[in-house]
Amino acid sequence: MDIIQLLFIFVLAAFLGYELIKKVPSQLHTPLMSGSNAISGITIVGAILALHTDTGYFALILGFLALILATINVVGGYVVTDRMLAMFKNKESKK
Amino acid sequence: MSPSLINFVYIVASILFVLGIKMLGSAKTARKGNLISSVGMLMAVVVTLLYKGLDFKYIVVGLIIGGAIGLVAAKRVKMTAMPEMVALFNGFGGLASLLVGWAEYEKIRGQGFLEYFTRQDAPVIFTSTVIVLAVLIGGITFTGSIQAWGKLSGKLGSRAVIIPAQRLINGAIVGGIVLLSLLFIFSGNLELSSGTQLAIFLGVVLLSLALGVLGVLPIGGGDMPVVIALLNSFSGLAAAAAGFVILNNVLIVAGCLVGCSGLILTIIMCKAMNRSLTNVLFSGFGSSTQKTGAEVKGEMKAASVEDAYYVLEAASSVVIIPGYGMAVAQAQHVVKELGELLEANGCEVKYAIHPVAGRMPGHMNVLLAEADVPYEQLVEMDDINPTMPSVDVAIVIGANDVVNPAAADDEASPIYGMPIINAHLAKTVYALKRGQGAGFSGLINQLYFLEKTRMLYGDAKATVSALVGQLKED
Repeated sequence: MDIIQLLFIFVLAAFLGYELIKKVPSQLHTPLMSGSNAISGITIVGAILALHTDTGYFALILGFLALILATINVVGGYVVTDRMLAMFKNKESKK
Repeated sequence: MSPSLINFVYIVASILFVLGIKMLGSAKTARKGNLISSVGMLMAVVVTLLYKGLDFKYIVVGLIIGGAIGLVAAKRVKMTAMPEMVALFNGFGGLASLLVGWAEYEKIRGQGFLEYFTRQDAPVIFTSTVIVLAVLIGGITFTGSIQAWGKLSGKLGSRAVIIPAQRLINGAIVGGIVLLSLLFIFSGNLELSSGTQLAIFLGVVLLSLALGVLGVLPIGGGDMPVVIALLNSFSGLAAAAAGFVILNNVLIVAGCLVGCSGLILTIIMCKAMNRSLTNVLFSGFGSSTQKTGAEVKGEMKAASVEDAYYVLEAASSVVIIPGYGMAVAQAQHVVKELGELLEANGCEVKYAIHPVAGRMPGHMNVLLAEADVPYEQLVEMDDINPTMPSVDVAIVIGANDVVNPAAADDEASPIYGMPIINAHLAKTVYALKRGQGAGFSGLINQLYFLEKTRMLYGDAKATVSALVGQLKED
């Protein structure tokens, strides 16, 4: 991947993000925020890649901490969002 | 597995993220959307493990520890504590991005610049720049979110705090960050030694962390919906910056999606308050009790639960307007019970939701959903306002600024122009309040002094429970 390609991807993703949630009803603001917060935990992939066998000791510690924090972000984020949305769901099934 | 295959799976994961976010935007598909995005995340993680030369013992232990902490925290948190939980998770994500950038920098230092960059196809200046960005945005996200968490959970006091010479200090920090970042980025051209470079780098880390703390300090609790949305956006951008550091497309796409959607959410929140983002971030709004231009006429008239009961019993339409006070008192369940009893009594009950009521975007919706309030009874501000003049009773539960008529008619008021829920147009208003204090903005609320308004002082939960008790005796 060269940089120009990556920058290209970045710009396209920005427009996409904007178009995706231009019109979200306010009752979904919390789940949307919490759900996208879980997605920002994608940094977990970076943390895994930092844990190479040939990395120095200090970099390994940094990567290890990053991995724990990112995993909390990912797992916690998805579970909390699901809990919230499950409550919204109940309403409809009861009707 | 070859890198190009791994990259292909990353593209699939990115598609799932896009779909997931899209589906989160509508009530029917939201839960499935969250699931789809989590599948995308799982795919991205699993396929990353197929890269050669990873140190699995650390990875497995890290995943287990982080997964367990995240799971337990998410399962055990009360719905009323949701805003601070999301803020905390968000902060962790930001710190993780900072550390990913730092770990990569350590690698570069270990291998020496030349060695490293012959293997990467990115110029030194580019990589140095994105490392600084990952650290900067990640650092601000981390301490800013921790500060937001402290304010929301009441551990740090929710008032806006203005320290003397705040702008000067912030300005100095920003200036310091810019200077050190430039030194770091061009350290190769300036032929700085590796040690000097490390010192500069650590300076950027520390200043970024400081900026996060000082940036959120002057923002009060009532503006938290905006801050949380913004920090959420930042954590995405930090991940994208980390993605540029390690040249990884899935980090860039996912991070950028979140960065953008968070930014839009931030703008929506600001519009709901009719304030600019700059005003929210820098004005120290709500730090002091301001006097409005208008003279307050009349007085606050306290009523007893019994008085309210007789009025409610006779009412044929009631609108309940919840605010942060309902969240603090955790009164959502009794409120729902009250609504049900009134309905059984032949009264039409609606809940009017202001976009920035509470402490995070959509806060009231979550609480009322938890209490099982039927979804169709929740009405947004613009839909409820035209009907307010024909409503018999408006019950304001722990909301203050979002029902302050001064926003509509007092040009001297700091909240002038903010769209409000027109509680003051209902025939009778009952306001549940803990005491005589002002709301988040520190403003006196004109609504409480109207002829038609009665105050019910005390804990919202206790007051509503008493009302429920009276209605049950029928």
